[in-house]
Amino acid sequence: MFAKGTHVRVQDRLIPGHCRTPQYLKGKIGEVIEDTGRWRNPELLAYHKPGLPMARLFRVRFKQADIWGAGYANRIDTLDADLYEHWLERAERPAAQGA
Amino acid sequence: MSMHAPNAAPHHDHDAHGHDDHDHGDHHHAESHLPIEDHDTVTEFHLLEQALRELLIEGGVLSASEIQQQIELQEAKTPALGAKIVARAWSDDGFRARLLADPKATITDMGIDVSHTPALTVLVNGGGVHHVVVCTLCSCYPRMILGVPPAWYKSREYRARVVREPRVVLEEFGVKLPETTEIRVVDSTADLRYLVIPERPAGTAALDEEALAALISRDAMIGTGLAKTPDASAPLSGKA
Repeated sequence: MFAKGTHVRVQDRLIPGHCRTPQYLKGKIGEVIEDTGRWRNPELLAYHKPGLPMARLFRVRFKQADIWGAGYANRIDTLDADLYEHWLERAERPAAQGA
Repeated sequence: MSMHAPNAAPHHDHDAHGHDDHDHGDHHHAESHLPIEDHDTVTEFHLLEQALRELLIEGGVLSASEIQQQIELQEAKTPALGAKIVARAWSDDGFRARLLADPKATITDMGIDVSHTPALTVLVNGGGVHHVVVCTLCSCYPRMILGVPPAWYKSREYRARVVREPRVVLEEFGVKLPETTEIRVVDSTADLRYLVIPERPAGTAALDEEALAALISRDAMIGTGLAKTPDASAPLSGKA
């Protein structure tokens, strides 16, 4: 459970089969902007299982520069993604995001 | 849709405004006047779809008419529904507040059936933020109010590039935004679908909802376009 404003890192791991966490966000740090509640887990639904236990889904906002590094010139552009709790862990605010 | 050339805009239909790219002169561009032919090439996916469909019908899981009805239902949904919603949100502050707080219930109240469809979140462009929606994992799209997604939305190229270089991709769509506007790419990775409310163009205060709806293209509701200005077919300039 992450409160709005919490910084989270997307876990950098691979799972076999269906996954709703995009590879380009793995290992990246963003900020929780919304808790959308609990949903049937699509990683299980994809295999005709009931999708239980339900998984909490967060909307997470990333700075584009934190995703792509110095190669992304604009400092204010952002990216939002919807990520399930079991892919997130608490993190420190990225250094580059300071100012 | 091809987006290979750096400055080649993906060809997407701006449904409500007139195309002026045909000059009806003598020098026809040969490729644009070739007869439309069916391609006989059957891909593995065609065969797979056909085999699966036949098995489902034979096994009594679905009937051919049920499949046909579902196709018709899908095709009956068009971006006109989304435009109607956006036009009302522009015109009625109370509606807009309700739409943002509870999109599906508010849309249902308008008489648009969004039951049995995924959850919807409404994003508002303006105030220095421009949202653009993508589904990098597949092709999640608010079909219940925008209909079938355009081919380019499902292309690997759009999905890969709009997250990596959104400003370049938006320029190819004809949307140039100042560096001071925050471009917020929204990757529809899971259970939520997204509708963008484009910024209302200046000079539209006197227009009713129907006239406003005509300014709202499908692309404007994905975020790859802007609302059109009332006097011309030209979209609103991105320079705020």
